[in-house]
Amino acid sequence: MADKDLLTGEHFIHGDAACAEGGIAAGCRFFAGYPITPATEVAERMAVRLPQVGGIFIQMEDEIASMAAILGASWGGTKSMTSTSGPGFSLMMENVGLGMMTETPCVVVDIQRAGPSTGLPTLVGQADVMQARWGSHGDYGCIALAPSSPQECFDYTVLAFNYSEIYRQPVFVLADEVVGHTTEKVVIPSREDLRIVERSEPRAPAHDYLPFDSSGPLPAPMAIAGAGYRVHVTGLTHDERGYPVITDAVQERNVRHLVDKIRKNADKIIRVEEVHLEDAEVVVVAYGCTARVARQAVEDLRGRGRRVGLLRLITLWPFPSKVVRRLATKVKAFVVPEVNYGQMAYEVERTAGGKAEIVLMPLMGGSIHTPEEIEEAVGEYL
Amino acid sequence: MKVRYRPLQPFDKAAEERHIQEDHGLHPYDEFLKPGRIPHIWCPGCGLGIVLTAFIEAMKQKSIPVAESAVVSGIGCTGRVAGYLDMDTYHTTHGRAIPFATGLALARPDLNVAVFSGDGDLFAIGGNHLIHAARRNVNLKVICVNNFNYGMTGGQVAPTTPVDARTSTTPFGNAEPAFNLPHLAHAAGAVYVARWTTYHARQLVHSISQTFDKKGFTFVEVVTPCPTGFGRPNKLGSGLDEMRYYREVCEVRNGADPSEVEIRLREKIIVGTFVDVERPDFMQNYQSLVVARAQAKAKSKGKGKAA
Repeated sequence: MADKDLLTGEHFIHGDAACAEGGIAAGCRFFAGYPITPATEVAERMAVRLPQVGGIFIQMEDEIASMAAILGASWGGTKSMTSTSGPGFSLMMENVGLGMMTETPCVVVDIQRAGPSTGLPTLVGQADVMQARWGSHGDYGCIALAPSSPQECFDYTVLAFNYSEIYRQPVFVLADEVVGHTTEKVVIPSREDLRIVERSEPRAPAHDYLPFDSSGPLPAPMAIAGAGYRVHVTGLTHDERGYPVITDAVQERNVRHLVDKIRKNADKIIRVEEVHLEDAEVVVVAYGCTARVARQAVEDLRGRGRRVGLLRLITLWPFPSKVVRRLATKVKAFVVPEVNYGQMAYEVERTAGGKAEIVLMPLMGGSIHTPEEIEEAVGEYL
Repeated sequence: MKVRYRPLQPFDKAAEERHIQEDHGLHPYDEFLKPGRIPHIWCPGCGLGIVLTAFIEAMKQKSIPVAESAVVSGIGCTGRVAGYLDMDTYHTTHGRAIPFATGLALARPDLNVAVFSGDGDLFAIGGNHLIHAARRNVNLKVICVNNFNYGMTGGQVAPTTPVDARTSTTPFGNAEPAFNLPHLAHAAGAVYVARWTTYHARQLVHSISQTFDKKGFTFVEVVTPCPTGFGRPNKLGSGLDEMRYYREVCEVRNGADPSEVEIRLREKIIVGTFVDVERPDFMQNYQSLVVARAQAKAKSKGKGKAA
């Protein structure tokens, strides 16, 4: 079935399907999920595709179980993934924390809809951005990628798997309903053109191996079940061997490692797209479906000779602070359209440190901005 | 912002290992126990040590290789079992041992995956997962240590607490009836259901060893003294007194109808192997129904296209 692993070629598929194909291309062979609009199509695609490629699809009894199951599968040595939307993402949060604490690679796709609670199940939202960053209790580093198109749903799901293996933790793909349900051309590259990070295995003999080594900039290779390392994996504060130790000294090492492995590697992780920023006086900061509208607005304004640029966030987390800080000294204003009541806008404001005006363009959900609205907001500063 | 850290105390592996070498190897079961993890945290009179020993003894009797075994626990006193066993062990979140173990067992059907957890973990917060894993017949060996209360947090009412029993959150007596665990596991689809108390150590070893031969979802309930959390408010005496009580009131009734084995405070406890049946487990059905059809369909379609 090797030819089914990677559907190299051109496809006309929606973002949800592209997330599923990205997962399979990255080597995902276990998917546990629960139906939820607008992410159900990811699971449906996986239900067809995984059995074709020797993988396992299971529909669990809820999202709590789905998240727990993909962690278990990951420790079984299988790349694993789930997909959901806001309410399910909320339910997953405790076991997201378990994944962070136990340094378990896996990917969670959140096709965002408008909340809070049941909100607008079939309509767009971008209000899970802060939940992705802070949703589970305690401190940990976070990687979240925001695709703007079905092509990027494929590309960034692959990238999310690669990051999850390198940094050994759950990684989020924060798409939104518009991107998930948009059907466009998706090009799946050939195997040679696809970079896949395979899981590294420990080489040290069992008595020298530290499964939760915190001394380096990256986590230790992961000893999966049955590899002969007899690892204890716990959500309790643990030492480098994985043994629970309930002291402030070990907590200090444990948590700083979980945060610093992302913080200290942020420059390697962060991705942005910079459009017309060289001489921009106003910068639109946008992500997901909103970035598509923002791009149109910026191009329209540029066509009229206006000095405006687009900073498109690909990694929402870690946040590209250095780029925003650099721009803040040069521009008059940042305009931040997002389909929530201000989430990334606060991050832009915090990072800009008072050096530029911040204009939040919130939408509570259910519709997206028009290019004209953004052009009008930008125009006030040009 | 500037950050001023408290200096880190680096991990001293050599010092930790010196400590291990002093202690490890004194106990005959030390080959099954993680170096440096004993003494355990359980109270005097607690039955968990007996259950842990029974599990190890059953593994020895059936020559189950440690290298091919994994134990998954939830949270609570029983949740700590995983951390003492020298194999691949997973101490997960409260109630979620079974779905975690489901992922592990499906990803690695070659491993013996046991779930060790308490009555509160498996039947309150994790109750939904238990019934669905039993329905799916996932290949999991579930050992439920039932001490009738939440011991770790200091003796609160559980879904297993008998009606009228006192706990710290039912100070005037429990108004709720308890779950009959074997009945629930059986109704949900478990292929093997047994109940023993920690007094029945040998029968318990036998039951656990029988589950190693079963393919699918097995359930062993172990009624266990909790003198600290449950014994004291209900005036059941010490752990030893509770063992005497089990000796006096338990009736072995193999093959008993699981619907008739409900436990009431200070009444007879029916123990035994209640259910032992065969039906295809999840992986068997998945392979024969889903994978076979999906791959046949994939073959019949053109190259480079999704089904």
